Amino acid sequence: MSTETFSPKILVFSTDKISDPGIDQAGLRKLHYSPSVYVISLPCSSGIKPRWIMRAFKQGFDGVFIAADGHECSYSPKCAEHTNTIIVESQKMMKENNINPKRIRMAALCSVCAEPFVSHMGNFSKILSELGSLETEVYKAQ
Amino acid sequence: MKQRIGVYICHCGGNISDYVDVEQLGKLMAKENGVLISKNVMFACSDSTQKEIEQDIEENKLDSIVVASCSPKLHTHTFRNVAIRAGLNPYNYTQVNIREQCSWAHSDKPMDATIKAYGLIRAGINRVSYSEVLESLEISAQKVVAIIGAGVAGMRAAVDLARMDNQVYLIEKGNTVGGHVAQAGRLFPTNENGKEVVDRLYQRIRQQSNITLFTNATLEKVSGSIGNFWIEVKLGSEELKLNVGSVLVTTGFDFYDPKEGEFGYRLSDRVITLPDFNKMVENSKGKLIHNGKSVKSVAYIYCVGNRQSKGENRYCSRQCCTAAIHSSLHVHEKFEDMTAYHLFRDIRTYGKQELLYQQSSKNGDIYIRFEEKEPPVVELKNGNPTIKVKDYLTTKRELTLDTDLVVLVTGMVPRTDSNSVSSKLKIPIGIDRFFNEIHPKLKPVETVIKGVYIGGACQGPKNINESVQSALSGAAKINATLKSGNINLEPIIARVNADSCLWCGKCAEVCEYDAISSIANGGKLIAEVNKATCKGCGICAPTCPSNAIELAQFTDNEIESMIDGLMSKAEISPRVESQQNNQKAGVQSLAGYPKIWRTIANALEGNTLTIPQIAEKIDQEASLVTWHLMTMNRYGFVESAGLNDNEDYFMYKLKK
Ligand SMILES: Cc1cc2nc3c(=O)[nH]c(=O)nc-3n(C[C@H](O)[C@H](O)[C@H](O)COP(=O)(O)OP(=O)(O)OC[C@H]3O[C@@H](n4cnc5c(N)ncnc54)[C@H](O)[C@@H]3O)c2cc1C
Ligand code: SF4
Ligand code: SF4
Ligand code: SF4
Repeated sequence: MSTETFSPKILVFSTDKISDPGIDQAGLRKLHYSPSVYVISLPCSSGIKPRWIMRAFKQGFDGVFIAADGHECSYSPKCAEHTNTIIVESQKMMKENNINPKRIRMAALCSVCAEPFVSHMGNFSKILSELGSLETEVYKAQ
Repeated sequence: MKQRIGVYICHCGGNISDYVDVEQLGKLMAKENGVLISKNVMFACSDSTQKEIEQDIEENKLDSIVVASCSPKLHTHTFRNVAIRAGLNPYNYTQVNIREQCSWAHSDKPMDATIKAYGLIRAGINRVSYSEVLESLEISAQKVVAIIGAGVAGMRAAVDLARMDNQVYLIEKGNTVGGHVAQAGRLFPTNENGKEVVDRLYQRIRQQSNITLFTNATLEKVSGSIGNFWIEVKLGSEELKLNVGSVLVTTGFDFYDPKEGEFGYRLSDRVITLPDFNKMVENSKGKLIHNGKSVKSVAYIYCVGNRQSKGENRYCSRQCCTAAIHSSLHVHEKFEDMTAYHLFRDIRTYGKQELLYQQSSKNGDIYIRFEEKEPPVVELKNGNPTIKVKDYLTTKRELTLDTDLVVLVTGMVPRTDSNSVSSKLKIPIGIDRFFNEIHPKLKPVETVIKGVYIGGACQGPKNINESVQSALSGAAKINATLKSGNINLEPIIARVNADSCLWCGKCAEVCEYDAISSIANGGKLIAEVNKATCKGCGICAPTCPSNAIELAQFTDNEIESMIDGLMSKAEISPRVESQQNNQKAGVQSLAGYPKIWRTIANALEGNTLTIPQIAEKIDQEASLVTWHLMTMNRYGFVESAGLNDNEDYFMYKLKK
């Protein structure tokens, strides 16, 4: 598959109260982003299980993006810390399965972050396009 | 696994179906495992479609439904209620967002949007097929409220809650009521005296026999949850345990206390804060006297301790500009021949308070603008202040001002004990260190702790009007919650698998709400979740080494099957445009559409009319008729019948 036609499949974990409204707003304002971006929303990004992330890669997603609430999280002041632990844990599992740890990303998005979401998707798509599809990338963890 | 699923894919009157081929998707979903009914509908949320779904559920004994339409933020409750009315558990319904996150976001790529919608709906079907019956927890609630802090916010809320027949405990740590307002002299914008305002409120409190006021009372411990909190309060050597249904926190703010040497503060008695200056003005008669010396000139330095781009207090306190200008007006009224210098960064006398600024300018007060990077420097010679300040409004020239008094316009900071209040009640603290509401616009007085509300200046800088308003909305919310005596709690909470849990305590460690404790079960200890205190955040789930705790509606089966569904391969064929126009017209077939469509169709029954004629006939704006008629045209309900005689308008008729 050539890089021009390759459109990386991205799974976004968003949060229903904070980042999801921002993503909705991107649609409402017809700020287009790649249609290979799919969103699953949860109450809090600190509730994502690494095994779900691994499932996404197994099913053919090329990247996983975590739209976290950062300081805005209304559940836990330690949210960023918890989410980070989940990412570190997932990257460990990814390396064990020869999946490039660059295929997972986190950024804080707020309820009006329409443009930032679209630009994050653009940047992440670019990075993933450079890595190529998960099926074809040859990544060997050291 | 569900075997009798109903799937409803919405056109949203073209908002979705203009880009996503909902008709094809409807047919494809009908072939999915477990799907009994799959339909595409013009407006899923319309009354007639809601009835149709109810009927389908009842007649076909559907065990779950998927609605693929707009964002779940809009209609989750609508469709949960559809399920309830038809006797289906509302948690056996799943909403799929194919508008905001699909048809609109990818309106530039209709084919790709259809492929994505296919994955999203498949994910919804997979998820709903694992959905469970969840029962919301009904608990009885005490019609008793604890209000923490008897400033104006707490006092005013107490009066309203009491008048709505709630028993109120008003808990104040000081020995008097009224908070900062009781200490203030003349208040903006009404010029009333702070003490008088507080006295009036106090009289109203005394008239209410169902308000109990505790002064010199400290909050010791809080346990329980909405409907049934236990508040332990210490009154001197006595301890009280109050059982309340809800809590309103109105603990207010502290004045910023400048550091020693900050603009000469504490190095000379001629540098004082605005609250102290106000007291001095209030107490002086005839002449403004400070420590025995007459004061003829005052320099106010604004934003002290606020708007620090690098410090702790980045926010603006909103009240201090107006408070300083209001004090200066008062000084001019009370004493003759006074000179005032206002060293400001920006003047934020918003709303009507702008008139005070205009009046102050008319009085001849001198306004000098400085910037944060070059703040004024207060030099002291024998304790007498001289200020050097660069005037950014004009030539950026350095000015030297000799004044009798320097007044530091200090703003608001969080209470020093707010961390302790926060940890007892589990209210989150924001980056500004004031208490945090769930959402500043949508849930401005609610906290994540059900039953605990915040009001007044403990949320962030507010004037009296704003403080009272937020406390009263908290009071109204509390009253609405407690009114019936029963409260229904969301069942989306964590639960433990007794077989695999080994009580390692990891989940309890991360739970911010102490919702997890250990309990003996079959000869071992396991984790137990308190259904009333669990907030359903799911933070505990990823921490469990034996995957023994999960969040309802977000189980491994549900999420993992969604992921599988998103990636399922779609066999989508390119859209045949004419498909849309094959529908039957006529007024009867318009049952599921907006009412105005039926009105337009009635007007066209047996007639051929132009848009202005239809508009006149049905007494509606021509623009509205145009908008709807174009959509009706698109869906093949009406068609053009050529130009009218003047050749200035198209005629329309019903499509038979
Ligand atoms: C310099 C200055 C001048 C101002 N002038 C004006 C003005 O002219 N007009 C105007 O509209 N606004 C003015 N304001 C704003 C006004 O002071 C506030 O809006 C108002 O005081 C907020 O009321 P509150 O009840 O929320 O808080 P507070 O006045 O702070 O009252 C809180 C109460 O809670 C009690 N409390 C705190 N912690 C606890 C605890 N842990 N347990 C029990 N009790 C507790 C306190 O003792 C206090 O009685 C001014 C503000 C400043 C900074
Ligand atoms: S209200 Fe005025 S003095 Fe107070 S922080 Fe804001 S700008 Fe500064
Ligand atoms: S983390 Fe898992 S095993 Fe440990 S106590 Fe909690 S549920 Fe039980
Ligand atoms: S879901 Fe959240 S609130 Fe509930 S037990 Fe788990 S961590 Fe605690």
